[in-house]
Amino acid sequence: MNRILNMLVVVAFGVLLGSCAKKPTTVPPATSGEAVAGAQAGGSTSGAATADSGRATPLPGAAGGGAATTIYFDFDSSEVRPEFATAITTHARRLAADRTLRVRLEGNTDERGSAEYNVALGERRAQSVKRALLLQGATEAELATVSYGAERPAVEGHDEAAWSKNRRVEIVFLGGR
Amino acid sequence: MPDLRHPLRAGPLAVALLFLATAAQAQLTVQITKGVTAPIPVAVVPFGASSGEAPPLLDVADVIQRDLERSGRFAGLPRASMLQRPTTGVGLDVAQWRLLKTDFVVIGRVVPEGARYAVQIELYNVVTGERLLGYSIPAAAGGLRLAAHRAADLVYEKILGVPGAFATRIAYVNVQGAVPARRYRLIVADADGENAQVVLESREPIMSPAWSPDGSRLAYVSFEDRLSAVYVQTLASGTRERVSGRAGVNGAPAWSPDGRRLALTLSQRDGNVDIFLLDLATRELTRVTDDPAIDTEPCWAPDGRALYFTSDRAGGPQVYRIALAPGERPRRVTFEGAYNARPRASPDGSQLAVVTLDRGAYRIAVVDLATGRSRVLSAGRLDQGPSFAPNGQTVLYAAREGGRGVLATAAVDGSVTSRISAAEGDVREPAWSPVQASP
Repeated sequence: MNRILNMLVVVAFGVLLGSCAKKPTTVPPATSGEAVAGAQAGGSTSGAATADSGRATPLPGAAGGGAATTIYFDFDSSEVRPEFATAITTHARRLAADRTLRVRLEGNTDERGSAEYNVALGERRAQSVKRALLLQGATEAELATVSYGAERPAVEGHDEAAWSKNRRVEIVFLGGR
Repeated sequence: MPDLRHPLRAGPLAVALLFLATAAQAQLTVQITKGVTAPIPVAVVPFGASSGEAPPLLDVADVIQRDLERSGRFAGLPRASMLQRPTTGVGLDVAQWRLLKTDFVVIGRVVPEGARYAVQIELYNVVTGERLLGYSIPAAAGGLRLAAHRAADLVYEKILGVPGAFATRIAYVNVQGAVPARRYRLIVADADGENAQVVLESREPIMSPAWSPDGSRLAYVSFEDRLSAVYVQTLASGTRERVSGRAGVNGAPAWSPDGRRLALTLSQRDGNVDIFLLDLATRELTRVTDDPAIDTEPCWAPDGRALYFTSDRAGGPQVYRIALAPGERPRRVTFEGAYNARPRASPDGSQLAVVTLDRGAYRIAVVDLATGRSRVLSAGRLDQGPSFAPNGQTVLYAAREGGRGVLATAAVDGSVTSRISAAEGDVREPAWSPVQASP
């Protein structure tokens, strides 16, 4: 019992420390407003409820577009498939229309192979989507990339059905400024 | 309608624990899955305590026996079979032990010395009656377990001619909970799974723990700010420092053998990753690779003069070596198979452990650097993250078994394998510490 109390004290102390640490302002947690439509119906949505307030909520007006915010990739590829061209264009136009918007492109891979090499592959995928957005009118200042490699799967599972849902870039809109 | 932010959920939470909190559910269980066909019979007699003193807090003989058995090379005699229980050589009757068909007997005593202890140990050859070793191992009050592991290392080396690796620790990441509400913990435990202590706790991924050469610090990658960053944390105090937090990729830290530099993977603006050296004192960065391919996962050659790393400059990932001198170019060192990555050099520098694609399965292989020949060591489908024991005899790696992430070990000579699992959750990203210095 003492040990549990000790751990609670430790965690509480750490929580205090954590909440005192400097963190950039983040937007409130995601709501279910984030739509994933089109050919990838049933694909992963980055709007899944988590306790993690780092997840961004789509800003008002996004629901109207309904463009896919998750881009999926073939195995060992960072090429954006043609079926996502429309979604890319929609997002790029939105960014061009409102230069205060910011987007974080989160690259991911399936779990196979080496973990840090997968981080590099995920970054490659995020950069691929970034280049596609730039070509369609977005600007550098609006786009940031991050790669989680295989560490943040959208779907549990160890077969191609799961892997295909984890090879992805999530397009996450953040609040302006 | 946004929620009001609750203070406990203010941003991704990572707690670098300042206090050493034992995490029972993160404790590991080690099981031998294959041992040698003819394990050496050894008897480890319960240790004595000085007369008049309370018995010591730890059953030192039990720790030694379990260590030897866990190596897969020894078979311990059950205590119930022992005909006598000497604690000194004077009381030892070799003839009795010959009856039990044991080859070696370990006896000893735990002697208080003020606030500390001395663990006295002797090893006898039953066949010849010869005393093979006698040592007195100092221990602080809380250090009996480490002293027992050191004793086991001495016995192991005397009998097998190779240093043991029992007085070591492993770092690993424990993941609990289902996507997307996972919890990640970076944990350090003794190599036998005991004494699991949480080093970092986070809602975001933790990767690539790397031990400093003196075993006092861990470098690791944390995504606690939703972006990657490399930290160096001092284990005794829990204090840590972010040593790399640039935009883009910060990953794959590897300590130079002198502990002064970290090799790191960093990305450029265009996302291309390359390997750099970070001087921890001056914070100066030196570029090592400059290539549009992916160059990552650096590891140092034991002489500190070269790096091995993963690069896909030839199309798919292979392992390369680059000498750390001006004008040097990378030279490929893996030639078997379409995928070789994540090199780790053996302590003597003669071999690399790698992740390789073997007939459709991701497995651990050992590459002989002199011949270039590769030998597959493991048999899973999703094996990764190899790490050598400091005696170079065994490779620790991550695997999946029974639907869970586990760790596993495989002796380099193929003779012994074990499985290491946590009570809860998945374990992954293992790193084997250097041999622990005495306290």
